[in-house]
Amino acid sequence: MQATNVAIQVQGLRKSYKQLQVLRGVDFEVARGSIFALLGSNGAGKTTIVRILTTLLKPDDGTTRVNGFDVVSQPARIRESISLTGQFAAVDEILTGRENLIMIAELRRVKNAGKVANELLARFGLADAAGRRVATYSGGMRRRLDIAMSLIGAPQIIFLDEPTTGLDPEGRLEVWQVIQNLADSGTTVFLTTQYLDEAEKLADRIAILHEGRIIVSGTLEELRKLLPPAKVEYVERQPTLEEIFLAIVGSDKVGSEKRELR
Amino acid sequence: MNGHFFSDTSVMFRRSMRHVTRSLDTIITVTIMPIAFMLLFVYVFGGAIQAGTGSYVNYLLPGILLIAIASGISYTAYRLFIDLQSGIFERYHSMPIARSSVLWGHVLTSLVSNAISVVVIVLVALLMGFRSSAGVLAWLAVAGILALFTLALTWIAVIAGLSAKSTDGAGAFAYPIIFLPFISSAFVPTASMPGPVRAFAENQPVTAIVNTIRALFEQQPVGSAIWVALAWCVGVLIVAYVFAMVAYRRKIA
Repeated sequence: MQATNVAIQVQGLRKSYKQLQVLRGVDFEVARGSIFALLGSNGAGKTTIVRILTTLLKPDDGTTRVNGFDVVSQPARIRESISLTGQFAAVDEILTGRENLIMIAELRRVKNAGKVANELLARFGLADAAGRRVATYSGGMRRRLDIAMSLIGAPQIIFLDEPTTGLDPEGRLEVWQVIQNLADSGTTVFLTTQYLDEAEKLADRIAILHEGRIIVSGTLEELRKLLPPAKVEYVERQPTLEEIFLAIVGSDKVGSEKRELR
Repeated sequence: MNGHFFSDTSVMFRRSMRHVTRSLDTIITVTIMPIAFMLLFVYVFGGAIQAGTGSYVNYLLPGILLIAIASGISYTAYRLFIDLQSGIFERYHSMPIARSSVLWGHVLTSLVSNAISVVVIVLVALLMGFRSSAGVLAWLAVAGILALFTLALTWIAVIAGLSAKSTDGAGAFAYPIIFLPFISSAFVPTASMPGPVRAFAENQPVTAIVNTIRALFEQQPVGSAIWVALAWCVGVLIVAYVFAMVAYRRKIA
């Protein structure tokens, strides 16, 4: 693969918090314009990886390049090409939806901040709520505003850390549609999720993070081949990604580490 | 990056000022409460307090202004803490902006919003009979000392906001500071206090600041009090700024 086709390149990434080794040599690559899903239990270190890739946290060791730039030596260049939608909707509750968008547009030095804001409000179905304070928004509306804020300035790579956690099924479908549209328009999407159907539905490639390493990565088809073919019972069916995940990770481990490290 | 510092800080400042003007709670605490204190002390307790020959509102005003500022800065800590909690702090830090503008937006908001509440309180004091013969220079000196006091306390608030574990914790540090004027020359002359209390009152920063402002208002010589006041403000400012930067570095890793 040409280096120019790689949006994110991670080799031997390590990170510890005092005694606790969270990442013990993580390797993966994300192709430009693809949707990459990082799966893992709570506390597996997904958010730690996102925070390192978005220059919020320094790695202890390894080579990590985002859009061709090194996270340690060129963080400012990375920030120009990425956008982060964190685990909790990072919106300003006191401001209106429109004010939130204009604020980000001004910080990104986008021309016609008001026009950009209006377009995004219309696109994300928030035009009617544009002048209302975000404190009055529902969870789904907040998340949509959050993602809309991330799109300002057309970043090449978008990081979404558990974008549908806490959303109702309808809200999840809305967010899925947004993510699909992003990838269709050529944006690289890096997604973490605990919902396996989410990765199954959206991702071009899936990586499973377990005990500080990527233990499996590939397309959904490739992951399916890791398990024996579907057993013939009364109903024949393919194993779901959930079954693959639990078989590889070991279901006794799932949920044993309650706290997601931030 | 640094070329964006002023425009980014301006965006952050306008955002944070909206938090002030849209919060009834903030406006009540930083303006209405000090005014209520002033009314209470002048019209209820004032008659029983022996504070020299002049009018009591003249005597009281400097201390009231310091209480207003001390309550104001607790909101800076609160707003900063909410930014950290909500994830918007991380959003800013993952963006191509001058990172220091995130803190300076809050600091500038603290200076401006406290200045507004100080002006409002002075106007109310004028209605209550406060009079000063001070000239422009003396007024500027008062403004300068109050700004320095605000800045020093604001950086303490930044430490609290960055290191708090809960919303309550973020504001709690301000209570001792709000209480300091009560054990100073702000309400009654220190000469009326028993030995140890008097020793504390005469050697803590509020007394020096209050005495300086009072002297400036009354066109009396400020003596050494102004240097003691300035030394306290600048000293606290430097120490608080250094610790705030340490707390900040720890947050952004």
